[in-house]
Amino acid sequence: MHTYESGLKEEMQHQSELSMTINGVPKSRTVKPWVSLLDYLREYLDLTGTKKGCDHGQCGACTVICDGKRILSCLTLAVMKEGSEITTIEGIAKDGELHPLQQAFIDHDAFQCGYCTPGQICSAIGMIAEGKAKTRSEVKELMSGNLCRCGANTNIIDAIMDVQKGAGNE
Amino acid sequence: MPPMEQQKLSGRPLVGQAISRLEGYEKVTGAARYSGEFNVKDLLYGYVINSTITKGKIISIDTSKAEAIPGVITVFHHGNRPSLAWFSMQYADMDAPPGTPFRPLQNGEVKYNGQPIALLVADSFETARYAATLVKVVYTTEEFQTDLIGNMAKARAPKGGLATFLKPPPPKPFGDFEKAFEAAPFKATGKFIHGTEHHNPMELFTTTTVYNGKGKLTIYDKTQGTVNCQLYVANVFGLHFKDVRVISPYVGGAFGSGLRPQHQLFFSVMAALELKRNVRVTLDRHQMFTFGHRPPTVQFTRFGATVDGKVTALNHEAIAETSRFEDYTEVVVNWAHMLYPAQNTLFKYNLVPLDVFSPLDMRAPGGSTGLHAIESTMDELAYQLKIDPLELRLINYAERDESTDRPYSSKELRKCYLQGAEQFGWNKRSPEPRSMRNGHKLVGYGMATGIWEAMQLPARAAASITTEGKLKVNSAVTDIGTGTLTVMSQIAADEMGLPLEDVSFTYGDSKMAFAPIQGGSFTISSVGSAVKAACNALKKKILKKAKTMDNSPFKSHKIDEVVFADRKMISIANPSVFISYSDIIAANDHKVIKSVNFAMPKALKLKKYSRAAHSASFVEVEVDEELGTINVTRAVTAVAAGKIINPKTAKSQILGGMVWSISKALREETISDHRFGKYMNMNIAEYHIPVHADIHDLDVIFVEEQDDIVNELGTKGVGEIGLAAMPSAIANAIYHATGKRINQFPIHFDQLL
Ligand code: FES
Ligand code: FES
Repeated sequence: MHTYESGLKEEMQHQSELSMTINGVPKSRTVKPWVSLLDYLREYLDLTGTKKGCDHGQCGACTVICDGKRILSCLTLAVMKEGSEITTIEGIAKDGELHPLQQAFIDHDAFQCGYCTPGQICSAIGMIAEGKAKTRSEVKELMSGNLCRCGANTNIIDAIMDVQKGAGNE
Repeated sequence: MPPMEQQKLSGRPLVGQAISRLEGYEKVTGAARYSGEFNVKDLLYGYVINSTITKGKIISIDTSKAEAIPGVITVFHHGNRPSLAWFSMQYADMDAPPGTPFRPLQNGEVKYNGQPIALLVADSFETARYAATLVKVVYTTEEFQTDLIGNMAKARAPKGGLATFLKPPPPKPFGDFEKAFEAAPFKATGKFIHGTEHHNPMELFTTTTVYNGKGKLTIYDKTQGTVNCQLYVANVFGLHFKDVRVISPYVGGAFGSGLRPQHQLFFSVMAALELKRNVRVTLDRHQMFTFGHRPPTVQFTRFGATVDGKVTALNHEAIAETSRFEDYTEVVVNWAHMLYPAQNTLFKYNLVPLDVFSPLDMRAPGGSTGLHAIESTMDELAYQLKIDPLELRLINYAERDESTDRPYSSKELRKCYLQGAEQFGWNKRSPEPRSMRNGHKLVGYGMATGIWEAMQLPARAAASITTEGKLKVNSAVTDIGTGTLTVMSQIAADEMGLPLEDVSFTYGDSKMAFAPIQGGSFTISSVGSAVKAACNALKKKILKKAKTMDNSPFKSHKIDEVVFADRKMISIANPSVFISYSDIIAANDHKVIKSVNFAMPKALKLKKYSRAAHSASFVEVEVDEELGTINVTRAVTAVAAGKIINPKTAKSQILGGMVWSISKALREETISDHRFGKYMNMNIAEYHIPVHADIHDLDVIFVEEQDDIVNELGTKGVGEIGLAAMPSAIANAIYHATGKRINQFPIHFDQLL
């Protein structure tokens, strides 16, 4: 008899070949369909810069940039992103040189424990690219999917506004 | 080392400079690895299974379906667990309250809802998580009680015990409170209700145990005390202390939740030892609600004052929740008499044991609870007296701590009041409630006072001059995001006269010099003093070595006749006489010079003083008149906390405390359904904390405060004081805006409609 459980058991044996470009480097390996993009990065590729705060799309710690857009990697199955370009926090600095936002985070002390930080930075880069947020209150609103339990909120927004201003002047 | 930002490293002294976090690069690039991010070879994944009943017994656990899943290794439960230490004291940790610590898998008894009752181990996280759902547990249930409000009549005095030395019982009564209160022409009373809160650090609790063979373990754990966890693991599993190494390089927030070893540590170690494999156990967000929490507390206050505002009678009583197995206590009712010198006092603190897990210190434990009651009662008194609330604080300013009849080692609270009020623009407040508005929003100003004890615990530090003439310092202490690495480096660099880049401070490893748990705002005073002591001892060794050199110009020098600056030891009398650290090391046959030292609080001297950090918060709220929605539009917190080693990281601590204040007063609460004895919002979508859009203008002032008594460094710590005053100031501002006195936290819009 084909039950839900036996079907699932079969499904669990299933592996697919997955290829994507991560931080500019092509990566392929076989992975089961039930692996989230977040766990794929952290547990399978050892890219642990992307953080898991809830695994339920509630905190933003797992934000990565996928084909230019910010997404929550915990709500994404890895196999959904076949062929995609993913940028994680490990790929934001170029040749050891920090992205202006990373530098602004350090200058403004925009983190304490640092656990929400990769998500905040990736999310802010994605948000700036969206081009919707102009004012401080718009930035606050559009960054509100990224929680910070340490309470670094004002410093985080200061850091983003600094870089946003620079970007606007270009 | 990757390129760090250019800091002004040459400026002296470094202590007092706003230096950016030294681990900043690692944190903004994702290079910082937290305890669940050490991907060692052949790692197994454990998933905890929690009880779905609140009280009763496990009759059977059927693991057959789960174990049939490919990749599942085993399921541990009380029926098949390895034999463990049987004596409950072996489960006690440095922060264990009086009672019997919870022992995971001890037997089939269920003591609280969500109790960990089994661990499923598999070769992947996904398999473990799925197979755990296939384990069938049958229980018999028993009656339970989880409701504090419904069981207040059962309140009793807490048991005493060793661990309560940091948490003194309520002070003895003075005078005759009842009589004085009766006679007081002005009175204010209140009943204050606080719910359960969970720490919810952003990082989930994780332990990665590396099995090194022969009972030797390397454990990456999320904790606030590496040595505390080392001790716990060695005791519970009967291992040699030296064979257990606990490492916490980065900690993704803790706020008290890591003060005690949590059960993922127990499970990860148990599975690693039994399976002789490397095992990681991570709790999910739901499971982050299955251990310690801030206890719900009900408080009663009665304050009496004379016509000119002198407080004559103070009564503060609290009833708090604890578990059935431990008497967790907080310092809730001891603060009023430290702040206000009344002649007649009465303080009580009692507990109600319920079928919940033991509460656990959470940022500003007790203080943030008690001060809300005290400072909102003072506010009420001010309105009754028609005296400005700030003026009332000044009328009752305590020059000494009347509760213990001791002077303060230092107290610049008056400066906090005055500078905070000035910065905030308190003088623009119109006294009547509901008298200020901004369009359809009611505007309110509120203020409150904060206090937190300045403590110091014994700690060690090791310091050495390396063969390159640089300084290495280490301590087992963690850095939970407070800036420990940066401030310890600053202290050490100044002591030895070195630029910051010549100093390396390593930490977060139980193999290093002993440090107590990191909490209570005592880390800088405890470990910082040890760093200073180790550097001082190192200086003596350097001088001693210099004296042994041929034709040494230092032969007749005493330690106070030399200074240590510019990478050298220099004669004060003749600055052209000096020796560099590298030359000293060369003279020492190129061997490092090392010193490990203890710093202890000077108990006899300290006994004569009360020691505390103080603060004053000023808050503006806007309340929508029709919808009742509350917005904290701006706030200023002025802090007197002794010497501030690093104004940048210290300011972040206070800002964090201010965000927590908004959270406490307006957002966060774990909600129970007492019919099921169960928390109902065990996730961070329903457990609300402020988001960026909720946080507006926050300002921090550090007032000058010199303290030569409190410890060698003159520091008082800043981790808690930011959360001491502001929750009450928010409640007081809401009263000023709306004329409604809401004494239940969190305050929601519907209470204002
Ligand atoms: S881990 Fe993805 S949103 Fe929290
Ligand atoms: S820095 Fe700790 S959670 Fe944001």
